[in-house]
Amino acid sequence: MDPMNYIVLAALLFTIGAVGVLVRRNAIIVFMCVELMLNACNLAFVAFARMHGDIEGQVIAFFVMVVAAAEVVVGLAIIMQIFRTRRSASLDDANLLKN
Amino acid sequence: MIPLNTDEGFSGPVVTTQAPTLDWWLLAPFLVVFGAGVLAVLFEAFVPAARRRGLQIAVAFLALLTTFVLFVLQAGSLPEEGATLVAGVLAVDRVVLFFQGTVAVLALISLVLITERRDGRDAFAAQAATVPGSEQERAHIMAGSQHTEVYPLVLFAVLGMFMFPAANDFLTMFIALEVMSLPLYLLCGLARRRRLFSQEAAVKYFLLGAFSSAFFLFGIAMVYGYAGSVNFAEVRAAVENGGAPAFDGGNGEPLMLMGVGLVAIGLLFKVGAVPFHNWKPDVYQGAPTPITALMASCTLVAAFGALLRVFFVPFGGSLELWEPMLWTIAVLTMVVAAIVAVTQRDVKRLLAYSSVVHAGFILTAVVAASTDGLAGAMFYLAAYGFTTLGAFAVLTLVRTRDGGQELGDIERWAGLGRRHPGLAGALSLFLLAFTGIPLTSGFIGKFAVFEAAVAAGATPLVVVGVLSSAVTAFFYIRIIVVMFFRDSEEEGPTVVPAGMLTGGVITVGVAATLTLGVFPGPVLDTLLPSDEAGPEPAAVMVDEASLERTAP
Repeated sequence: MDPMNYIVLAALLFTIGAVGVLVRRNAIIVFMCVELMLNACNLAFVAFARMHGDIEGQVIAFFVMVVAAAEVVVGLAIIMQIFRTRRSASLDDANLLKN
Repeated sequence: MIPLNTDEGFSGPVVTTQAPTLDWWLLAPFLVVFGAGVLAVLFEAFVPAARRRGLQIAVAFLALLTTFVLFVLQAGSLPEEGATLVAGVLAVDRVVLFFQGTVAVLALISLVLITERRDGRDAFAAQAATVPGSEQERAHIMAGSQHTEVYPLVLFAVLGMFMFPAANDFLTMFIALEVMSLPLYLLCGLARRRRLFSQEAAVKYFLLGAFSSAFFLFGIAMVYGYAGSVNFAEVRAAVENGGAPAFDGGNGEPLMLMGVGLVAIGLLFKVGAVPFHNWKPDVYQGAPTPITALMASCTLVAAFGALLRVFFVPFGGSLELWEPMLWTIAVLTMVVAAIVAVTQRDVKRLLAYSSVVHAGFILTAVVAASTDGLAGAMFYLAAYGFTTLGAFAVLTLVRTRDGGQELGDIERWAGLGRRHPGLAGALSLFLLAFTGIPLTSGFIGKFAVFEAAVAAGATPLVVVGVLSSAVTAFFYIRIIVVMFFRDSEEEGPTVVPAGMLTGGVITVGVAATLTLGVFPGPVLDTLLPSDEAGPEPAAVMVDEASLERTAP
């Protein structure tokens, strides 16, 4: 097993997530893409931990999961609030703030 | 002692853990703010609504005052080389204590703005969960509901700001970043007036913030892959040895390059440097003004504290990787933000772009990578924090004719200077300090960072900085001209009486701007390290994996 394969997979997942954030217009989907990016980071951490024979990377992955869970709570609260107001989660509709 | 299962090819050594010794004295400020935040959450659950507000305000003020006193006492008793806490995850030295102390003072002043009420109502929505304009919203307003959750959220955000510049490994820094950001995302969406703007600001800030912290995290993963550790000192040591043992002294450099770049994106987003600045104008405009004041002062100070620590300690040995990148970003920031700011009509957006330009000026001190640059950046941040708090305090007072909404449109500020010379005079002083006119703190700050940059051979950067200052002077002075020299129109602004709280904040802002401008000597002397420290900034920062104090 070459850990580099997993690093490449992590980079791919991260890129898919990043592209998703940039091209999708639904706030929930964008948010899911961010979560995909965080999980790609987790994969990279765990693969590197294996490569270095070190436990630290696996511990970091747990911390990231907790942070991601907290982020979901805050994020969904904010998206719900704007959805109830506008009856839409589209980011293109939210365009009041400009000069 | 926890021996791990080493079956099946896990090649690492048997890991044993020992409970770290805790330095309670140095940990105390973190624990006080965290404890106060938890206590405030409990108050939300168990104290009757009518008595909650006073209690929350008392706890928040007491906690922040206590931490400030603790920081001052620690600065007096800390050994010269600093110390690390909790098995080396946090570091405390004089630089860190300066950032934390500054955040504590600025957060206290912002808290004064947050508690300010007009006609018995503060700046926050009665019930953020209700749909704007709905029957439920009216019912909550009539019932006098209020979000006292604001205070615990502010306390948690401030806890993150204390941890952010003190982190001694990348994991702690990531956690601190999230602890700081998550409450701020929520606070942005709580404005009482113009709730659609506020909600939109919260969504934009949240999605862009989460996006950038994912980049930050992937950068950490790359650095971890290269160095085999996320501890700052060990990363630096790994850079000197050509990477972790797994790389056999070579071929790991692309990982480090990616790591430095991605970590930089996360930090530059938080300070709002071009091209990662797009959130700033929207969020500053949409958020409740007291929260904007908190973000513009405290978040910027904490984020720069973290940025300086990351570039000078773990990446301090890889200058050739990040200096060209930061050089480019500093130029972009100073030029693009100054030009875009000229076209702005809304005062809050204008101050947001101004904050982006100032981030560019401070980045010139980071590029200098010297102790002088570090001291200059520290002075600049403190001076800018007080001035910007004063400016946002003024903005909370200038309202539309019916006295309701804040009036952001600059063109409609005509005649303000004739009718309210004191207020307009204070704002003019703040704007002149932003421009960098002598006898204001802004001049000394700019001089300090530019001097450090020239000494480090970054003269072209300083030339760009001075030209950019000239462009920014144009739009600051335009506001002054509109206020004092244009005839007032029918639709002129109303100024609500300042009251003791907001008036006090403006007075503190004026006093700090003038004092730091006329007598900067004592502050600059304490910031500038002794000559023995040498030009390497890491000399004044904790750069050890673990430097626990022996039994205090």
